[in-house]
Amino acid sequence: MSDVIKLKKGLDIRLQGKAETVFAQIPLPELFAIKPSDFKGLTPKMVAKVGDKVQAGSVLFFDKQHPEVKFVSPVGGELVAVNRGDRRVITEIVVKADSKAAPIDFGKSDPAAMSRQQVVDKLLESGAWTYFKQRPYNIVANPTAEPKAIFVSTFDSAPLAPDYDFIVSTNEEFFQKGLDVLSKIAPVYVGTHNNGCSKAFSGAKCEKVTAFEGPHPAGCVGVQINHTNPINAGEKVFTIQPQEVVTIGKLFATGVHDFTRVVVLCGSEMKKRAYVKTILGAQLTTMVNGNLADGHVRLISGNVLTGTQVQPDGYLGYYDSQLTAIPEGDEYEFMGWAAPGFNKFSASRTFFSWLTGKKHEYKLNANTHGELRAFVVSNEMEKVFPMDIYPEHLIKAIMAEDIDKMEQLGIYEVVEEDMALCEFVCTSKIAIQKTLRNGLNLMMKEVG
Amino acid sequence: MNALRNFLDNVKPKFQEGGKFAKFRSTFGAFETFLFTPNETNKCGVHVRDAVDLKRTMIVVVLALMPALFFGMYNTGYQHFRMTGELADVTFWQIFFKGFLAVLPIIVVSYVVGLAIEFASAQMRGHEVNEGFLVSGMLIPLVMPADVPLWMVGVATAFAVIFGKEVYGGTGMNMWNPALLARVFLFFAYPTKMSGETAWYYNYSAEAAVDGFSGATPLAMANAGNYTSFADAFFGLIPGSVGETSAVAILIGAFILLYTGVASWKTMLSVFVGGIAMGWLFNTCGSAENPMAQLPWYNHLVYGGFCFGAVFMATDPVTSARTEGGKFIYGFLIGAMAIVIRVLNPGFPEGMMLAILLMNTFAPLIDHFFIQANINRRKKRVTIKA
Repeated sequence: MSDVIKLKKGLDIRLQGKAETVFAQIPLPELFAIKPSDFKGLTPKMVAKVGDKVQAGSVLFFDKQHPEVKFVSPVGGELVAVNRGDRRVITEIVVKADSKAAPIDFGKSDPAAMSRQQVVDKLLESGAWTYFKQRPYNIVANPTAEPKAIFVSTFDSAPLAPDYDFIVSTNEEFFQKGLDVLSKIAPVYVGTHNNGCSKAFSGAKCEKVTAFEGPHPAGCVGVQINHTNPINAGEKVFTIQPQEVVTIGKLFATGVHDFTRVVVLCGSEMKKRAYVKTILGAQLTTMVNGNLADGHVRLISGNVLTGTQVQPDGYLGYYDSQLTAIPEGDEYEFMGWAAPGFNKFSASRTFFSWLTGKKHEYKLNANTHGELRAFVVSNEMEKVFPMDIYPEHLIKAIMAEDIDKMEQLGIYEVVEEDMALCEFVCTSKIAIQKTLRNGLNLMMKEVG
Repeated sequence: MNALRNFLDNVKPKFQEGGKFAKFRSTFGAFETFLFTPNETNKCGVHVRDAVDLKRTMIVVVLALMPALFFGMYNTGYQHFRMTGELADVTFWQIFFKGFLAVLPIIVVSYVVGLAIEFASAQMRGHEVNEGFLVSGMLIPLVMPADVPLWMVGVATAFAVIFGKEVYGGTGMNMWNPALLARVFLFFAYPTKMSGETAWYYNYSAEAAVDGFSGATPLAMANAGNYTSFADAFFGLIPGSVGETSAVAILIGAFILLYTGVASWKTMLSVFVGGIAMGWLFNTCGSAENPMAQLPWYNHLVYGGFCFGAVFMATDPVTSARTEGGKFIYGFLIGAMAIVIRVLNPGFPEGMMLAILLMNTFAPLIDHFFIQANINRRKKRVTIKA
C-alpha cells in the first residue's frame, strides 16, 4: 500500500464545461507544428530546411546549448514553413503530413539489458528526451545532468483537467514499460490521487508511489516533489507526464516513436466536450471548427491557470493534453465592485456567491476583475499554496532581484504551475507566474 | 448605462497620452473604474482570476464599519442630550439626527481632504488612484471625539495621508496605520481637544451643560476608581470617540470581516487573548493602590478603543505582521501592551492606539524571525541529508 499525503491548502476552481469521459472521433489535421516557445530558455538550431521530406522521428532542430538534445517531427511529410516572430525568433516549425510516409524505426530494445548511457542515447536519438523537464527552472532536461529522481504525477487537479486514469487505461502495460526505462536514469517517484485510481498507477513498480489527497494543486508535480523528496540547492530532478511515459514505453517496446496524444476538449465555450485522439503539435482546426460558442472566445492550449492562448488555426502545445475555451470577457461591467455578485467566483466570501453552495459551477471569463495594485491582503496566497514556502516573500525577493533571498526562500522548488493559484487569488492582480519566470531566468543566468 | 459608457468612451481619448487633459489621467481613471469594472483581460499567466479586487475588499471593510458608524451617530446625539439634560424630552430620531449632524461634517472633511491628496499624489506620479483611503477616510471620523474642530480633522488627515502613506509610496507601502496616525497626531498636538471631560460632547459648553454634569469616559473614571459596568460599556451608550463605544456594533463588523475572509481571525483573536492575559495578570498581581490594575480584565476589553482597535485597526493587513505565525505574536503583544500602557501610565488613558502603532513598527521584525525560521528549516534539510 502506498503512502497517503493529505493536503488541505489549495482551491478547486469550479469551472463550467467539464468533458465527459468518452472519445469523440475527429479527423487528423493536415498541418502539425513544434513551437520552440514551449521550451523555456531554448535557442533552436534548425537542421531540416523548408521543402525537406521528413519522417515521423526525423530531426527538425536541436538545442543550441546542448546539441545532443534533438527535436523531431511528430509526423511524416514535408517541412512546409518555419514561421518567425519578433526579432526573427522561430515561432513555429510546420510539417504537412503525408499519411504514406513511414515512421523511423529506432529498434526494439529491452531497458533491463541496457546501460544508463545507452538508454539516454536512445531517448536523445529518438527525440523522446525532450519530454523530460528539469527542475529547478522547468527547462528541457540537460542530458549530462545527474538527477536525484524522476517524478511522475499521474493526475492533473487543474480546472477541467484530463483524466489520466481514462487516457492511460488502454496503454497500461506501456506505462509500466516506460517507468522501467525511466528507472534506468534515476529513481522514479510516482504520485497518484487517492480516489480509486488506475492499478497501473497505484501498483506501479518504481522507487516509490505516493497518493495525494486534497484540492488543486495536489496534482502539480512540484507540490508532490516538495512533500516526498524536496529539491535542495544544487540538486536536480526530472519530471515527465503520464502520456509521455507511455510514449517512451512504446518506443522501447516497438521501436517507433508514437506521437499519438489524447487531448480533452473542454470549457464553457466548447460545444462538444470530449476526449479526442490526435498527434502532438496538431493544428487545432479539426478540433474547434464549428465547436466553439458564438461571441468572443478565448482558446487555451492547456488549462485556464497555466495554458497558452492560441488561435483556432494555431497548434497544440508540446506538453499539453487539454484544450480549453472560455469567454474572453473584454467588456465593462457597471459598478461591478458594488454588485452582490451571485455568479462571481471568489476564494473569499466578499461576493454573495457563497450562497449558491459548494456544487455550483461557474462560467469564468478572462477578465482581470480589477486593476494592478501593490500587495495589500495577506494570507490569501498561503491558503492555496501547500508548500512550506512563503509565496509573497519569495515574489517580493524576485521583484527586488535579491538572488540570495530567492535561493533561501526556496525558488528552486517552484515553477509557474505551482504558483498559478496564487496568481488566481491575488486581490492585487499581480502577475505572479511572469514574475516567477523572471526570477528563474535570473537564477539561470547568475547561478546556472 | 450604455449612454454613460458611450460618453466615457468618447471623452477617454482626451485623458490619454497626448490628449488635452492627459494630466488628469489618474482622476479620470479613478472615476471610470469606479463606474465600470475595466474590460481588461489577462495577458500573461492565468487566464481566469478571482472576482475579488481591492475595491471590493475595501468596500466590505467600509460596510463592516457601518454598524459602528450608525451607533456612533446615535450615541453622539445621546451624549449631547445627556450633557444638556434633555434626554427625557427627545425622540429616538431627534437623538440620531443630532448625532448625524455632528458626525457627517467630520466624515466629509476626512474624505475630501484625504481623497484630494490621494488624487493629487496619484496625478503627480502618474499612478492610478488607490482604494486604501476609502477605509482610512471612514476610520478617521470614527476615532475622533464628537466635538473635535473640523479644521483639526483636516490637518490630521492631511498629515496621516502625506506622512503616513504617500511618502512611502501609497497604499500597501505604509508602515503605520494612517487612521491611527491621524489620531495620534491630534492626541499629541492638541491634547486638550482630544481627551479630558468635554471633548466627547457635541457643542459642549459650560452653559449648555446641566448642573453637576460630569463627562469623564469610563477609562478616566476607572483611573479614579469608579468602574462603569460591563453591560453599559458593552452596549456602548457611554462617552468616547464616535465609533469606539459599542462593543455590540463593533462585533457585528467583526463578524462581517471574518466571515468574508477580509480580516485575519488570528490577529483579532490574539489581541483579545493578549488583553485578557495582561488584564488578568494585573488583577492577580497588580498593586491594590492602582485602580486601573484592579479593573476587572473583562472590563478592559469593552472600555475605550480596545474593541475597535482589535477589530478594525490591528487587522489592517498592510501594517500588521504578514506571516501567519507572526500574526499571533503581533496581536498578542498589541493586546498586552494596550493594557500595560493603560494601567502603568495614567498620563495615557487610551493605550490601544499607542500599542497598535508600536506593534506596527515591530511587525516587520516579527515577520523576519518567522521567515528566518523558514530559511533555516530549508538549510537544515541539506545538512541532514549530507
